[in-house]
Amino acid sequence: MTPLAGWWQAQSQGRRRAITGYAFISPWLIGLLAFTLFPILMVFFLGFTRYGVFDSPQWVGLANYGRIFTDDRLFRISLLNTLYYVGISVPLHITVGFLLALGLNAKIKGVTLFRTLFYVPSIVPQVAGVLLFVWLFQPQIGLVNWMLDLLGLRGPNWLGRPEWAKPAIIIMSLWGVGGGMIIYLAGLQSIPQHLYEAAQIDGANEWSQFWAVTVPMMTPTIFFNLVMGMINSFQVFTTAYIATGGGPMNATLFYMLYLYNSGFQDFKMGYASALAWILFALVLLLTLLIFRSSASWVYYESGGER
Amino acid sequence: MTAKPVSYTPSQQLQTQSWFGRKSVQQTIKKAFLYIVLSVAAALLAIPLFWMLSTSLKSLQQQAAWPPVWIPHPLAWRNYPDAYNFLPLGRYTANTLLIVAVTMVGTFFSCPIVAYAFARIRFPGREALFVVLIATIMLPQAVRLIPTYLMFDWLGWLNTYLPLTVPAFFGSPFYIFLLRQYFRTFPEDLADAARVDGANELGILLRIFLPMTGPALAVVAIFSFQSHWNDFFGPLIYLNREEMRTLALGLYYFKAYQDTTNWGQLMAAASTMTVPVLILFALFQRHFIQGVALTGIKG
Repeated sequence: MTPLAGWWQAQSQGRRRAITGYAFISPWLIGLLAFTLFPILMVFFLGFTRYGVFDSPQWVGLANYGRIFTDDRLFRISLLNTLYYVGISVPLHITVGFLLALGLNAKIKGVTLFRTLFYVPSIVPQVAGVLLFVWLFQPQIGLVNWMLDLLGLRGPNWLGRPEWAKPAIIIMSLWGVGGGMIIYLAGLQSIPQHLYEAAQIDGANEWSQFWAVTVPMMTPTIFFNLVMGMINSFQVFTTAYIATGGGPMNATLFYMLYLYNSGFQDFKMGYASALAWILFALVLLLTLLIFRSSASWVYYESGGER
Repeated sequence: MTAKPVSYTPSQQLQTQSWFGRKSVQQTIKKAFLYIVLSVAAALLAIPLFWMLSTSLKSLQQQAAWPPVWIPHPLAWRNYPDAYNFLPLGRYTANTLLIVAVTMVGTFFSCPIVAYAFARIRFPGREALFVVLIATIMLPQAVRLIPTYLMFDWLGWLNTYLPLTVPAFFGSPFYIFLLRQYFRTFPEDLADAARVDGANELGILLRIFLPMTGPALAVVAIFSFQSHWNDFFGPLIYLNREEMRTLALGLYYFKAYQDTTNWGQLMAAASTMTVPVLILFALFQRHFIQGVALTGIKG
């Protein structure tokens, strides 16, 4: 112990700080290497191989990618399904979450009750929620079709029809909109009141206050939810896996389901790795595009301490 | 929208009164409209959850009733024991709780110390590494799925709880980020003063910082509980043995195994997984909501 203590004493203060700092972050740093950097390099390498788990990986060059892009119907279907899902559910989540938050931000009685009712569905475990919605969407005795019946509409066989299965999955996901709503609500409540007062002095009515103050001040929050929502929606899996298994007629075969099937049902680990790499590249590209575009629409207060 | 009342009212005083009167009417209509919209939204969001609990107490006959029965009578409590006999949900709950507890220990072992270094120790490369940390929060999990699986396979960890628990001991970027933001709100002199008194960094973290971090730690604990209690994908790919299943996985097989669907039993199983989370929410409501709100803070 003494030689160590002596060595420690001999170090300059800066060195000591550096050593302590790295020692403190070492759990994360080791985890980063083992569970993130190594897998990312590995998945890139595996994408160029044929690998059936039970034998060793065989180098096949660009064969996996070649097949994916030219001769893989399920890849195309799953990619289109996923783009459909992302393209509808992400804007829908943002709009509904934001509108609900706006409603709750008004000075009315019963806000706490409404907030609780809106938020609680989002904490229901996903698997339990999916089973519940399979039951709600039951075509003959399900509650959804009963309610549509009350309105004089004939409800479809939601999860059994290719044209209704994706909307049904989106409705399921929308049940958890309360999580995003809480984030918007926190954002709305942190908008300084003096901005509204200044706008009122300038003669702005509520409508123009909304567009001149509320929306610009909320763009960072919307930006955050857009990015995270996009990344998560591209990986939609559990809802479809449990509710439909990717059916009917591959209507809910989302990208992650196809990737999972390739890797863990067909044991084509090399092929699944190529699929994973493509998803990664696509999500990264879209993330960068959103970040790029943010300069023109996201408003950051200057000089704010982050 | 904004009609100008000036033309109707000649006198200044009348004008203000009438304007005021109109505004209050407008406000009332607006408020009523708002209440209607909020109530419809609340009903749409709350009814499914009510329906889960209500169905879990319905006999087969009541489940199929048309129009639907809202409050079952008599209450068919036997759905619960029947569900636990169909699949060992008790066992699955214990398995899940074990995973939740071990990952919680791992999270509290690793995240505060890493977060403290990022918040309060100046070391070369810190800012760059912090950017890496943020980037990994946004990294799609799909990309590391296959190699991670193969790695755990080589280690012989398939069909053990190790792939689901060990990573927690290496910190979770999101929780590290949350705690780091929280630590940054403490005054800088706090640590400096203790350093002058000869305290080492670990001592400062454990004796000064952590005792003031209660709310943030509660948020991390809740998130950590939720994510492992709910996790479906991890158990799906790592656990094949029936007796090792978690509740999420068990629920999936519950649906897969039932030939003629008894929705009451299925909803009893779903409620078994949901009610603990609801109780937790009732107890720690503030932390849940604060935590989610923190999530949105720009970094």
